[in-house]
Amino acid sequence: MNKKLRENLTSYAFLTPWLLGFFILTLYPMFSSLYLAFTQYSLRQPPTWVGLRNFITMFGGSETIMGDERFLNSVGVTFKFVFLSVPLKLIFALVVAMLMNKKLKLIGLYRALYYIPTLLGGSVAIAVLWRRIFAGDGLLNLILMKIGMTDLPAWISNPKYALGTLILLAVWQFGSPMIIFLAGLQQIPKEYYEASSVDGAGKIRQFFAITLPGLSPIIFFNLVMQMVSAFQSFTQAFIVSGGSGGPLDSTMFYSLYLYIKGFGFSEMGYAAAMAWVLLLIIAVLTAFAFKVSGNLVTYGSGE
Amino acid sequence: MTLNAKEMTKSGLLNVFILVLGFAMLYPILWLIGASFKPSNMIFTDPGIFPTTVDLSNYSEGWKGIGIVNFGTFFRNSFTICLLSALGNVMFCSLTAYAFARLNFSGKRIWFAVMMLTLMLPAHVTTIPRYIMFRSFGWINTFLPIVVPKFFATDAFFIFLLVQFIRGLPKDLDESAYLDGCTKFGIFARIIMPLTTPAVISTVLFSFLWTWDDFFNQLLYLTSPNMYTVPMGLRLFLDASGKSSWGPMFAMSVLSLIPAFALFFSLQKYFVKGIATTGIKG
Repeated sequence: MNKKLRENLTSYAFLTPWLLGFFILTLYPMFSSLYLAFTQYSLRQPPTWVGLRNFITMFGGSETIMGDERFLNSVGVTFKFVFLSVPLKLIFALVVAMLMNKKLKLIGLYRALYYIPTLLGGSVAIAVLWRRIFAGDGLLNLILMKIGMTDLPAWISNPKYALGTLILLAVWQFGSPMIIFLAGLQQIPKEYYEASSVDGAGKIRQFFAITLPGLSPIIFFNLVMQMVSAFQSFTQAFIVSGGSGGPLDSTMFYSLYLYIKGFGFSEMGYAAAMAWVLLLIIAVLTAFAFKVSGNLVTYGSGE
Repeated sequence: MTLNAKEMTKSGLLNVFILVLGFAMLYPILWLIGASFKPSNMIFTDPGIFPTTVDLSNYSEGWKGIGIVNFGTFFRNSFTICLLSALGNVMFCSLTAYAFARLNFSGKRIWFAVMMLTLMLPAHVTTIPRYIMFRSFGWINTFLPIVVPKFFATDAFFIFLLVQFIRGLPKDLDESAYLDGCTKFGIFARIIMPLTTPAVISTVLFSFLWTWDDFFNQLLYLTSPNMYTVPMGLRLFLDASGKSSWGPMFAMSVLSLIPAFALFFSLQKYFVKGIATTGIKG
């Protein structure tokens, strides 16, 4: 047996569990859900082919079919959530990372404390707590009343504010991008700052001329990863709205509607179609981000 | 002298600012902990942190759960799932990572790219067919749909984390072991794995915490209360409870956060390492 063949055999032996998992638990389900997207399927009977019907139901497509309003609404809600929570989270993470980059005695402790919301924020327990904070008789209103405010809304059951509480919950969990930014800030050579301050550049000028360009690949990377995961948010909306996406579908995230369609109404074909639409949305946005970043992101420091 | 004093004031102000902001940010959690010791009705009236008397009845009341199943069962189920998931991820993601980081084989670049793509793949695309598959195996209401995928290294994040780490290890050790006649598996098990301990600890940590909070899959696959995990137990409690049971609800919420706290504060540096080496969310 020659060396090359032996090495290949050994390597693929190491890879076998992953390859099996990839084919059986990822690739096959992907194609299977692509097929199901063109069917009607309720688990009770075998799937029946319906062509593009699921997609036409979603988006409308003729004058008689207007599109699934709840679906279109969930797309709107999710976009609003993603495009407000992700930038806010990253800005906040960057500001805090710059604070955490200072030389202070207790900086280790501070970094740990500021990571706690991220550590706990994804749990059902915190979502339950959020419900109690933003209820009509919740913690926030108790505090606001103490300082003399009246006529306060029940944030969580008011369609105007409910999504806002979820955005706040997402922004509150800024810890991971903060740590990544912090690592990035420590990579920027100190000499750049020293040289520029000799040249008379102020702090703000330094931020835009040194810090932002230095961090741009990391900002971009964080943006894409946070976006991909924000599109898939589920638990918080589910718990805070009691599984309904309410009030008035104002917290009906895409994933939540997919879950309700697939596992509440047993419309597996429709849910599979939704999953593929989500995949396409994420793929298009990621590709777009990569294209735009070509002009904005500066790699390396050799210039 | 004056410069020094100015510096001192500046760092003093910075400390105060960080502490005040941090306190505001952590207030909800502190309030939750305090409120779990208060009588239920106080949760609706008292915005302060500290309870006037320490009352443990919320904890004893909450622990009973919904009567037939108590929180002892929920905790046992959560721990079982999390430990098995961590074990699966450590064993099989490291095997995969070793191959990608150290071995040469045909198709390596393509497979690596495929692995990185699965990292970005939204889970929804596989959810429904997986559900149908696991249902046909009779796996509904068992831990298998949650645990078994981890034994097939489906969590690409950990493969990536371990690849990054193994790539950073010096090659001389495994080369000399190879010359001494050690097999590839021997090198993996006796040389690479012990050196990879920090990344393995990060893997255990994140596997544990993410599985603990993986509410979606638990909601999908666990259907009877005696199989419920802690998050599912909390949700059951939330649905079944009126105004009077917010105290017990808070008490159990606090308990459900303890494992994350304990892991974080005992193994803090591995958190930072795990997040910083991959540059991906934690």
